[in-house]
Amino acid sequence: MSRALIVPLLSGTIFGAGLTIGGMTDPARVRGFLDLFGRWDPTLAFVMGGAVLVMALAWTAQRRMQRPAFAEGFSLPDARDITPRLVGGSALFGIGWGIAGLCPGPGFAALAIAPVPAAIFLAAMLAGMALVRFLERESA
Amino acid sequence: MSLPGFPDAAPMAGLAGGVLIGLAAALMLLGAGRIAGVSGIAARAFGLAESSLPRAGAAAFLVGLPLGALIVTGQSAAPAPAFAGTVPLVVAGLLVGIGTRLGSGCTSGHGVCGMSRLSQRSLVAVATFMATGFATVAAMNALGLAVLP
Repeated sequence: MSRALIVPLLSGTIFGAGLTIGGMTDPARVRGFLDLFGRWDPTLAFVMGGAVLVMALAWTAQRRMQRPAFAEGFSLPDARDITPRLVGGSALFGIGWGIAGLCPGPGFAALAIAPVPAAIFLAAMLAGMALVRFLERESA
Repeated sequence: MSLPGFPDAAPMAGLAGGVLIGLAAALMLLGAGRIAGVSGIAARAFGLAESSLPRAGAAAFLVGLPLGALIVTGQSAAPAPAFAGTVPLVVAGLLVGIGTRLGSGCTSGHGVCGMSRLSQRSLVAVATFMATGFATVAAMNALGLAVLP
């Protein structure tokens, strides 16, 4: 297998293991974090904190690199403007996240834990993504 | 280890899982030169977005997610967690799909990768989806809408 596939496969596998160890594939734990005014479970903050800490170090390393280890170049987001679309989209995402206690990463990881609910969630998620794409093409 | 005052918290497991997630995102950044944002990678893999990440690479990342979960659950005898029923899963999935495309990212892209880079867009996105997530759970609890057993 080529490095173009091994790096993302390995990254996805470590990511999925981390989500599961951190309890993020358990919707009750995620909703427990979002239940700020009830029986709050701060575990998600530890998951996010650990991940952000490691990634902050990775960004300092990235700034010193000419190119990534196994690819031609870096391809990173460079948008800077705060738009109604960014805020509105994030607001909708947060509502969906709160309803079922799932976001995209744990949704895919949960295919190995509860395949039917995970597949229902992911099918609806992809339909939502397809709807945005369709409407964007219509208005283009 | 438990956290005083928070009987449900698993801080050490959370931290360990978070460090692994950070390492995975670091591998994607320093190895492939890309952001490990799951919503964007999913859209790319299913042909719903253009990206410089090759489609096969996006699919390989997505295959890894349940693979990693399987490796962990295979080592543990913990009971499987409960999930919401079909209707809330469909409503939630639609909102997550629409919201992450409009908002250009989710908990991984904006949360893990963007916040660690101090991206202002990501900080605004995370503050927004956390706020509506808190509000949603609070509102559902107030209305007596239980989605998990």
